[in-house]
Amino acid sequence: MTTVEEPAGPAGPAAEERPIGFGRMKRKEDPRFVRGKGRYVDDVKLPGMLHGAVLRSPFAHARIVSIDTSAAEAHPKVKAVITGETLAGLGLAWMPTLSMDTQAVLATDKVRFQGQEVAFVVAEDHYAARDAIELIDVDYEPLDPVVDARRALDPAAPVIRDDLEGRTDNHIFDWEAGDRAATEEVFSRADVVVEQTMLYPRVHPAPLETCGAVASMDPVDGKLTLWTTTQAPHAHRTLYAMVAGLPEHKIRVISPDIGGGFGNKVGIYPGYVCAVVGSIVTGKPVKWVEDRSENLMSTSFARDYHMNGQIAATRDGRILGVRVKVLADHGAFNSTAQPTKYPAGFFHIFTGSYDIEAAHCEVTGVYTNKAPGGVAYACSFRVTEAVYLIERMVDCLAAELGADPADLRMRNLLQPEQFPYQNKTGWEYDSGDYPACLRKAMDLAGYEELRREQAEKRERGELMGIGLSFFTETVGAGPRKHMDILGLGMADGCELRVHPTGKAVVRLSVQTQGQGHETTFAQIVAEELGIPPEDIDVVHGDTDQTPFGLGTYGSRSTPVSGAAAALVARKVRDKARIIAGAMLEVSPDDLEWTKGRWSVKGDPAMTRTIQEIALAAHGALELPEGVEGHLEATTVYNPPNLTYPFGAYICVVDVDPGTGAVKVRRFIAVDDCGTRINPMIIEGQVHGGLADGVGMALMEFIGFDEDGNCLSGSFMDYLLPTALEVPAWELGHTVTPSPHHPIGAKGIGESATVGSPPAVVNAVLDAIGVRHADMPLTPGRVWQAMRHGQVEAPQ
Amino acid sequence: MRITVNVNGEDHTREVEARHLLVRFLRDDLELTGTHWGCDTSNCGTCVVLMDGEPVKSCTVLAAMAEGHETRTVEGLADGDRLDPVQQGFIEEHGLQCGFCTPGMMLSGRALLDRNPDPSEDEVREAISGQLCRCTGYLNIVKAIRWAAAHESAGREEAGSQA
Repeated sequence: MTTVEEPAGPAGPAAEERPIGFGRMKRKEDPRFVRGKGRYVDDVKLPGMLHGAVLRSPFAHARIVSIDTSAAEAHPKVKAVITGETLAGLGLAWMPTLSMDTQAVLATDKVRFQGQEVAFVVAEDHYAARDAIELIDVDYEPLDPVVDARRALDPAAPVIRDDLEGRTDNHIFDWEAGDRAATEEVFSRADVVVEQTMLYPRVHPAPLETCGAVASMDPVDGKLTLWTTTQAPHAHRTLYAMVAGLPEHKIRVISPDIGGGFGNKVGIYPGYVCAVVGSIVTGKPVKWVEDRSENLMSTSFARDYHMNGQIAATRDGRILGVRVKVLADHGAFNSTAQPTKYPAGFFHIFTGSYDIEAAHCEVTGVYTNKAPGGVAYACSFRVTEAVYLIERMVDCLAAELGADPADLRMRNLLQPEQFPYQNKTGWEYDSGDYPACLRKAMDLAGYEELRREQAEKRERGELMGIGLSFFTETVGAGPRKHMDILGLGMADGCELRVHPTGKAVVRLSVQTQGQGHETTFAQIVAEELGIPPEDIDVVHGDTDQTPFGLGTYGSRSTPVSGAAAALVARKVRDKARIIAGAMLEVSPDDLEWTKGRWSVKGDPAMTRTIQEIALAAHGALELPEGVEGHLEATTVYNPPNLTYPFGAYICVVDVDPGTGAVKVRRFIAVDDCGTRINPMIIEGQVHGGLADGVGMALMEFIGFDEDGNCLSGSFMDYLLPTALEVPAWELGHTVTPSPHHPIGAKGIGESATVGSPPAVVNAVLDAIGVRHADMPLTPGRVWQAMRHGQVEAPQ
Repeated sequence: MRITVNVNGEDHTREVEARHLLVRFLRDDLELTGTHWGCDTSNCGTCVVLMDGEPVKSCTVLAAMAEGHETRTVEGLADGDRLDPVQQGFIEEHGLQCGFCTPGMMLSGRALLDRNPDPSEDEVREAISGQLCRCTGYLNIVKAIRWAAAHESAGREEAGSQA
């Protein structure tokens, strides 16, 4: 069922101001943040704490001949200098990546990308540590680098990973999905086939807080406490146990307030491991916080997909099939964070939101001499790349057919009665009413009027563009039978305890980086139990205080942990029913639930509130046989399927014909994330993702020169949108609950980042009348595209 | 070198290296960790503080240069338990998510309202355009600062009518 609702007004109805359950509610976490009392990793200060700094490689590819640390060691404030050789002695020179590869913690044999970690200095203060890394003398023998992924598989290309036994090339994996023969068949009978090569360039999540850690190894009891910027504290703890051979119960990972993640803080970086080793070696706490250049040059980048798409259709605009070939640049180590069985993430969803007959794709992953990574930046495991591909291909087809891009989409969208829908790569979309969503976006935009305005402006030589995208997301990873990271199933735990006075604490495995979990999860429990959200404390980000789970990324918190929170509250509610029966001296079967109380059916005066029940559960009340006291429960939620949020976006741009500068004038976003827990937070998530999309489409790009030097190592070169580059977002929504999720919620965190880049690119290309140009559409690149009808892929 | 810096109305005297940055002085020496650090190149603005009422990026100000000026940080925005209207505006309008850019954004907002009590949307955008936010897409920050403007204006009118 889909309901089409108007967005609530800025104040909302009075009843929504303090909801017991779902509704617009101000965030519980905000009072500390607005007072400057957030506690981020770099705010942690421990007695006797030392400071670490990493020496990094200036070369993209070079053999290490020698490392002389004597001058650094002689610095009066230096406490330790750690090299790959030191780590090799401890068995820690290499660590496993999240994709079953290995990565150097500190280089021993070669450096494989510019910015790679070579040595680690521990000193009394931050300045001394930085001074001392300058005193380390490394003798490098430069090697030819592999910079262009398209050259990585040339027989003459240097072998980057000669540390891997028997390795003679730079190939990582081949992966395919869909039905090749069926796709060939539909292509053979298509009236029209359109082909387009495109690059989704390398970009970076660039959270404003960089990555860092404070490691404190207690030399007496052998317990390691690690405050660290992680989106997945439990997964990190298990990995530290595996990597360092430390017993898992002697590791406590604390992820305090996190200054933005966007996927950048999923992986384990060498700096974290160095901080741990630094603390073990010195017996003191060690803080390491990377600077911005280190963040941009060495931590998880995103995308870098070289894609070739083909779309087949009938002359009258019915899409028959899609096929895709992808060359995926994974950098020097395959440290992509994604479920083990999915080397190309969830790229399967490149079939998009359309009713097509057949699809096939092949992805080849390669090593290059660039920073490792591959999945990051709010992409839902490669859904971003898939959505960009299909939404660009549909626009290319529209151009070929002379069709209106909105009409072509409307004509091919899946219909509500087709759900649950099995797509052509084997995935089951849970629910949706796509045409209603697109129509709503077109109405909010005034689509037909915009087209008229565009025609008038063209007459005057003004360049105005209107771009659409319709996306289907796939999030909430995932069913543990299919999805794990390094063997850890992607199910998440939740614990709920109601105190005697009716206040509660809920403990989560997932970790907020700004998404507002302390509010949203309190609201979920409030909805189920009727305890006001203000009375519910949400504990997260500390492995000693929370149940195991895989953390927050891929928009999985609400689909997975949100379900766990609802189900654990229902367990408590069921137990409360038994206790209420004992209190009222009736059978629990005779009770009915209204939010916050159990009452005797037909006798509403005979009632007990959840707070009264909580007190009784801890008191002297005689409980039925087999019922334990107290009011608490635990659960682990294993999702039966992924969830499939979707949306329709329309972007309106003006392009300066003289300079190629793009102004995003309007952006209309209609999202459907199923049940809406806190509309204010949902809207905020969408706003942020839209800004990401504008940034990637127009500005953001990690570039390299032919020697593999990173050209985007600061915010002076890696451009992010400011308040001047983005418009006042215009939002709408539809609500199609997920049928398999306990509260029908689908997740929203990454929808806008996934859906918005093609809308912006489609708008710019619509304005300048060019079939395709790769992101970022900077003024210079737009100008070239206008002049030549095309522009080369960025380097 | 020995410096005395006035922060949030209080003088602080410390022995520092000449190269010590104001952002690190505030965070490390005074333990005022509400001022953040995010880039070192004056681009991100998470380190913005007010110096004599004007926003400055404290990552590009030496601690010694703050001597003789009045520095105000996020910790000095509220009057005891009473939040500054800009702080309240950020809560009301969901002007923050991860909170990392928030102190700098609020201080720029405060400085703007002190010189222009009724800024337009464009004027607010201009005022915060030297600062980055990765979470909010800026719209709710703009709304938050304008919320504060509207409430301060209402407060002044009320005070005026009472007088």
